[in-house]
Amino acid sequence: MSSFSVNEPSNRTKWFAGSLVILYAIITMIPLVWIALTGFKSPADAISYPPKYIIGSDSEAGFQPTLEGYVNLFTTRTRQTQEFLDANPPENWADEIVRKYDMVIVGPSKFGERFLNSVIIGFGSTFLSVFLGTLAAYAFSRFKIPLADDLLFFILSTRMMPPIAVAIPIFLMFRNLGLSDTHLGMILLYTAVNISLAVWLLKSFIDGIPTEYEEAALIDGYTRFQAFYKVVLPQAATGIASTAIFCLIFAWNEYAFAVLLTTANAQTAPPFIPTIIGIGGLDWPAIAAGVTLFLLPVMIFTILLRKHLLRGITFGAVRK
Amino acid sequence: MAEVQLNGISKAFGKTQAVKDITMTIGDGDFVVLLGPTGAGKTTTLRLISGLEKLDSGSVFIGGRDVVHDTPAQRDVAMVFQQYSLYPHLTVRDNLAFPLRSPILKTPEDEITRKVQEIAEILQIPHKLDNKATALSGGEMQRVSIGRALVRNPSIYLMDEPLSSLDAKLRADLRVELKRIQADLGSTLLYVTHDQIEAMTMATHIGVLEEGQLVQYGTPKEVYENPVSVYVASRLGQPRINILPSNLFPGTHKGPQIGLRPENIQQGDGIEARVLRSEHLGDQTRLHLEVQGHPVTTLTDPHQDVGSDATIKISPQNPLYFDASGARVV
Ligand SMILES: Nc1ncnc2c1ncn2[C@@H]1O[C@H](COP(=O)(O)OP(=O)(O)O)[C@@H](O)[C@H]1O
Ligand SMILES: [Mg+2]
Repeated sequence: MSSFSVNEPSNRTKWFAGSLVILYAIITMIPLVWIALTGFKSPADAISYPPKYIIGSDSEAGFQPTLEGYVNLFTTRTRQTQEFLDANPPENWADEIVRKYDMVIVGPSKFGERFLNSVIIGFGSTFLSVFLGTLAAYAFSRFKIPLADDLLFFILSTRMMPPIAVAIPIFLMFRNLGLSDTHLGMILLYTAVNISLAVWLLKSFIDGIPTEYEEAALIDGYTRFQAFYKVVLPQAATGIASTAIFCLIFAWNEYAFAVLLTTANAQTAPPFIPTIIGIGGLDWPAIAAGVTLFLLPVMIFTILLRKHLLRGITFGAVRK
Repeated sequence: MAEVQLNGISKAFGKTQAVKDITMTIGDGDFVVLLGPTGAGKTTTLRLISGLEKLDSGSVFIGGRDVVHDTPAQRDVAMVFQQYSLYPHLTVRDNLAFPLRSPILKTPEDEITRKVQEIAEILQIPHKLDNKATALSGGEMQRVSIGRALVRNPSIYLMDEPLSSLDAKLRADLRVELKRIQADLGSTLLYVTHDQIEAMTMATHIGVLEEGQLVQYGTPKEVYENPVSVYVASRLGQPRINILPSNLFPGTHKGPQIGLRPENIQQGDGIEARVLRSEHLGDQTRLHLEVQGHPVTTLTDPHQDVGSDATIKISPQNPLYFDASGARVV
């Protein structure tokens, strides 16, 4: 029986599909694992050949993990004379690590600040895009709006040319408005880019939620807005979660505008990480540490929203 | 509970005139059934009363108050949707409590608990209260959506084919239960269905809808015995009324067509009818006849076995007369 059923694949099919998925996962994971490992190597281990990839082993392919990369990422250091080093014992574990190279830590690097900028701008613009996008999508989905189709097309058309094509007008506009190199400016800019995606994605999700639910809530004594947040929002959770992830990924990774519009104050991590390369030679472990940390927020955010992504759209409570 | 008045209400969707100039009064404590086939405008009528749909013209009074400009919440109506619409993200308990928690009712939690339990027992779902709404069978979902209306004490209950998705036994049980609840509470209830048994058994008044128009409104007995047209006569009675040219029979000439229900067909005397087949339905036995090329369905004594191709004699008794367009003459 079950071999004819569409829903129940045979064991062999399952095994084959499973292996394919695992193989694909391994292939995609290798570069990520490699970057994460490199972040814990010493500069010598990072560029040794044959490569070292076993943590804490004495074998040919083993390396001793170290936090050098992370220390270098978060600090600025200077070389010191032997007398100075002898006279001033290391102040902490991080200082001790850099002493190996006759260096002392003189202060924090810009990385922490840049990372924080990325968090503020990334999550701020994601929140704003999803918030405005949900309201707009609900309105487009449920109300008769004059020229709704044209408006939707207009909203989409803002995505039709590469954003960088408008870089110069935006640059001038930001300068006149005093938005250059500010968090607010970058949040508004990323929201403007993301909002079209958010409206379109969310509209299709909300279109899929039958209006009976809200109508039932209206009759049950709630206002339109209460019906929206008590009944529609919980059911749009899947759409909101996936839209938020898309928006965050764009804002988090955006490079071109960040280079152009931010410098000392609101610079985000993407334009900053390459500058590490310039400071005192190619410090691969520090770059790898920066990249690893940079990847974490989107990953954590996605994992946190996983429940909503996987739950899917609830079927069955409205009779078709 | 309150009286509800519809004054010439109309609603069109594009070219479709869904509801056309309906005027009716649903008396306080009445159980009114709107009967009509799919597309007759039953759902639209309920939506116009509840305020989910805006009137093109006419007015609606609930408890003597013009509610045309009121929101659905302000109209104080409870509605069971044709497509049951339980909130899928809530448990059965929270679904039932939802209207009680509204900003309009703001019921205390202990009273909510009591009412929810009471309704759950009437609808035989107390063991399902903590299930997710999506983890129910179709019949259970429909009972919960009926329950979500019954926990309230509104001006009027509006029910849109609430039993149509249930199996026959549950439908029969709930029919009795619903009628009992309505009679006990003295509720005003407007109930929409295309099922004539529901209409006949529960209604204090039946309104028959034809293409958006209310063609007859009266007690079940009036509508059954005195239908205004072939259309109305065909809505009630099983098997369906037989419409035949009156010149088939001698002595029937008060109109071009006559309507014969089984009780209007006397067997044993009159003109010849050929038996095509008989159907034993358990509670009744139907006889399918042919009279000069016209099919006629009637009932027979279940113990009397009439073989196919037999010939019996029938004659009309107190038939209903209709003109060529189907309107009642006598
Ligand atoms: N929202 C709508 N848009 C367009 N046509 C509609 C809409 N609602 C109902 N109709 C039409 O109005 C007529 C009456 O529908 P309805 O009230 O749902 O009938 P019933 O409930 O008796 O089956 C039908 O022809 C239907 O197609
Ligand atoms: Mg309907």
